[in-house]
Amino acid sequence: MGEKKSYQHWRKEQGRDEIAWLYLDRAESKTNILCRAVIEELDELLEELEYDKPAGVVITSAKSSGFIAGADIGEFTTLKDQDDGFALVRRAQGVFDRLEALHCPTVALIQGFCLGGGMELALACRYRIAIDDPKTKLGLPEVKLGIHPGFGGTVRLPPLIGAPAAMDLMLTGRSLSAKAAAKVGVVDHAVPERHKLSAATQLLQQQPTPQKVKGWKAWVSYGLLRPLLAGMMRRKLAKKARQEHYPAPYAVIELWEKYASDPKVMMKEEAVSVARLVMGDTAQNLIRVFFLQERMKGLGSKSDFKAERVHVIGGGVMGGDIAAWCAMQGLQVTLQDRSHEVIGRAIGRAHGLYKKKLKHPLKIRDAMDRLRPDIEGRGIAEADLIIEAIFENVEAKQQLFKEVEAKAKPDALLATNTSSIPLEAISGVLDDPSRLIGLHFFNPVAQMQLVEVVRGAESNEALIDAGCAFTKQIGRLPLPVKSSPGFLVNRILMPYLIEAVILESEGVPAVLIDQAATKFGMPMGPIELADTVGLDICLHVAEILSQELGGEVPEKLRSMVAAGQLGRKSGEGFYKYKKGKPLKPSDTGTPPPDDLTDRMILRFVNEAMACLREGVVEDEDLLDAGIIFGTGFAPFRGGPMNYTAKCGRDQLKQRLDHLQQEHGERFTPDARW
Amino acid sequence: MSNKTTHLARPVYVVDGARTPFLKAKGKTGPFHAADLAVQAGRALLSRMPFAPHEIDEVVMGCVMPGPNEANIARVIALRLSCGITTPAWTVQRNCASGMQALDSAASNIANGRAELVLTGGVEAMSHAPLLLNETMVNWMADLYGAKKPLDKLKVLTQLRAGHLKPIVGLLCGLTDPINGLGMGQTAEIIAHRFNISRREMDEYAVRSHHRLAHAQAQGWMDEIVPIYDKEGNVHLSDDGVRGDSSVEKLTKLKPVFDRHFGKVTAANSAQITDGATLLLLASAEAVEKYKLPVLGAIVDSHWAALEPSEMGLGPVHAMAPIMQRQGLALADVDYWEINEAFAAQVLACVEACKDERYCQQQLGLSAALGEIASARLNVDGGGVSLGHPVGASGARIVLHLLHVLKRSNARRGIASLCIGGGQGGAMLLEREVD
Repeated sequence: MGEKKSYQHWRKEQGRDEIAWLYLDRAESKTNILCRAVIEELDELLEELEYDKPAGVVITSAKSSGFIAGADIGEFTTLKDQDDGFALVRRAQGVFDRLEALHCPTVALIQGFCLGGGMELALACRYRIAIDDPKTKLGLPEVKLGIHPGFGGTVRLPPLIGAPAAMDLMLTGRSLSAKAAAKVGVVDHAVPERHKLSAATQLLQQQPTPQKVKGWKAWVSYGLLRPLLAGMMRRKLAKKARQEHYPAPYAVIELWEKYASDPKVMMKEEAVSVARLVMGDTAQNLIRVFFLQERMKGLGSKSDFKAERVHVIGGGVMGGDIAAWCAMQGLQVTLQDRSHEVIGRAIGRAHGLYKKKLKHPLKIRDAMDRLRPDIEGRGIAEADLIIEAIFENVEAKQQLFKEVEAKAKPDALLATNTSSIPLEAISGVLDDPSRLIGLHFFNPVAQMQLVEVVRGAESNEALIDAGCAFTKQIGRLPLPVKSSPGFLVNRILMPYLIEAVILESEGVPAVLIDQAATKFGMPMGPIELADTVGLDICLHVAEILSQELGGEVPEKLRSMVAAGQLGRKSGEGFYKYKKGKPLKPSDTGTPPPDDLTDRMILRFVNEAMACLREGVVEDEDLLDAGIIFGTGFAPFRGGPMNYTAKCGRDQLKQRLDHLQQEHGERFTPDARW
Repeated sequence: MSNKTTHLARPVYVVDGARTPFLKAKGKTGPFHAADLAVQAGRALLSRMPFAPHEIDEVVMGCVMPGPNEANIARVIALRLSCGITTPAWTVQRNCASGMQALDSAASNIANGRAELVLTGGVEAMSHAPLLLNETMVNWMADLYGAKKPLDKLKVLTQLRAGHLKPIVGLLCGLTDPINGLGMGQTAEIIAHRFNISRREMDEYAVRSHHRLAHAQAQGWMDEIVPIYDKEGNVHLSDDGVRGDSSVEKLTKLKPVFDRHFGKVTAANSAQITDGATLLLLASAEAVEKYKLPVLGAIVDSHWAALEPSEMGLGPVHAMAPIMQRQGLALADVDYWEINEAFAAQVLACVEACKDERYCQQQLGLSAALGEIASARLNVDGGGVSLGHPVGASGARIVLHLLHVLKRSNARRGIASLCIGGGQGGAMLLEREVD
């Protein structure tokens, strides 16, 4: 035995006890992904193994970054048609079937990422071992790209762990830690790294009966029960995603419902379904968003800035939550505020966040220990980054930054979380005005992935890169924007919210307005969004933007704020709230105006055009990405510019012209159209 | 009189200190575990220091009852304060004087050249004292787990009786002398009887303690306290056991709790059950010089004494006298005193014992009485009765507070002392440079 041929992406080693070790080490790449070449080579290796007849096979990764991050998504964008997609998927299925049918026991030894196609490869092995390490993540996140598992995942996972758990993983796309994976039965063992060799060897030598779901979790997959359970799953799913927007999870349920009793047929139908989905708009748009996201992450790699200590000034909702998030991401954080009570509330919210996200008591304790209240501002002198998030007042911020500049380390990065004050107005007081950048977070900090990295006229470009690097360091997506009123996200969001308020003042029921927006694909309707953000805050931002950019602030907004109707927080805004939930009438009796959706969305798109013309953001792609991650704008539509391109730019402009005639100046198409 | 060495081999300085507010136990467990308290006080203290936490040579903490997840609590605290994995840490236990013992141990190591910079102090979360299963219950559970067949298990199950469920209250056990079975309050009754201290005197003392603390709070004198924040989002700023409106009339209504019916010691003239932590940073002259550290004062001498367990409350007298003899000090040479208020009766008994010529001659081997410690110089800002006595922390608290009192009055010398359950006393002599 021994090596008969050399491979580009794989390495085969003969271990002790007649065990063959296959190491995936994809050439010229930091991460392992299952591109065509990797799969073809695996096929050749399997042929060799069939001839060599080792006693067992271990498949693992030679990369420190993880096992296998998934299929090659780049290949999805170059598919010619559905048949091409079908052929690609069938080929991989064939190779995995060959792996499954190998004469000897096989084990996938997993550390780090094991996602999508990587997970499906692992599922084709007889056993799986996950190294219990915080980096280990197992999952089938395909639905996030508008497709579903295509290399046998929908076929192999349900019999392994039962349909309820399998569907949960495939429909949500969430990933599991090593321990959680062992608990549900996705892997046979979760072991510390020191036991990986003995665990793999023992499994291959003792060959226990492979894991298979038993009891009620197995019964639900029997013929008659499947339609019942499938119906339940569809109803649950419908609450989260519409089928016309996100067909993939519905397809997963259908595959299982129709074909679960015949794996062979199911395998083929899985390929048919995934090939159809991958060529659809949703998948192509989501795949584009995926690459945009990668591009934004890349923006964070231009600088080697790395913060260890962060000082946050201002313990309100934004400042407190930024501090809490940074501490959760492993940074040492000092949180400064003049009020003990304000800091106390921030610490309380942080604990709630950690309980939800970190779960384990020791991890919660460590994060709480990293978040240090600091009334006296002693953290300034030690911080690598100082983020100001006090109330929106130019003089107060100027005064503060003067003090900060005097105390901070000379190379500390200074950032403001202002959403409405031009950077230049603050940085003017600094000895070195180029030191100040904006780091504009969105509320709720723990949910919103985007951070606008704001470049003032004088900001040092290297520090913008540092701001992007920091954003990436804390697991958020950086979007460099020019310091101009509202930056990108609030500026584009505001005309859309205002149009919704105008519609409501015209007598269109709020529920219909929100329904139109969610039907378009917005995560939340504009009226409910305004109520959630707080009408006082909306009014404040609207006033600032209208001062700078023109446009009117609806009278209704002013009168409601004056009357103390501030939205969810005051119990009443456009909706009345009961226990924080809006009371929405189910039937309003009035039909919505025909141009309802257009009026809202086209103001959105028109403002996006203006931002591009003014260079608020670098290009259309970054605008789309920023808007999707900053506002939740229907991701399956690929962002406002992608939506414009898909609809036809001229056609949309005509519709705007029409709206201008109908409703006035605010619909005047921007010069960039 | 014993002839123990002092710490004068190398001077030991107190750089700074911080403590949490002392939070009165209100039946349920308090918002902080012991280590949480110490970490919050410690991180505020360390944030004021010009050196990084890992430059600390060792951490020594006093604690009587660490939680079940806090074995060697000093190490837990040290690591959580980022003192570094290579910084050793150890926990000491000398009952009510554990915090002072920690200071003394830390000071010894500096004095004899083993360390330059030591983080030390004491902590106790008395509200988290455990309820334990009694032995019958433990054995019953062993039988249950041991029974293999369902029928055997059922048989064991039927043997469960109400008495099995009676818990052992850890706190009560801790406050009971294991040798003579007397509760600490009973030892206070014994010495109150010996020195003829009346119920009214005790209550007056208790009221004064509350009034003094309330006054000190109003004056902003309790500045050794740092705010602490709990996970519910509440901030705790000051000692919450204080009753500024306390009066003798109100206290008279309380019933004695230790010697029921005929005793004099009540809940109100005893120390409160409280959670709290105090941390101090001790340094050698070299470390003070190296980091340009401020100096609050110096630990000049300390002494530990033992006596009849049933009279443990008189421990301070036995520990203070030898220091004064060794250092050639008369009562008048000491500017301020802190004698931990375990019980009003016990502090008053100590004062009486110092005045009592016979006691001083027979028990302390002195030629004459020590004299009278003036009330105006003793526990000037209240004490255990008004702010509580988290047993592991009090010894460190009185040292830190005494240094603050000396600073405030620009005075030179003070003695801090505690009585110790089991029949001991500890005392520490502190000095500062007068401006």
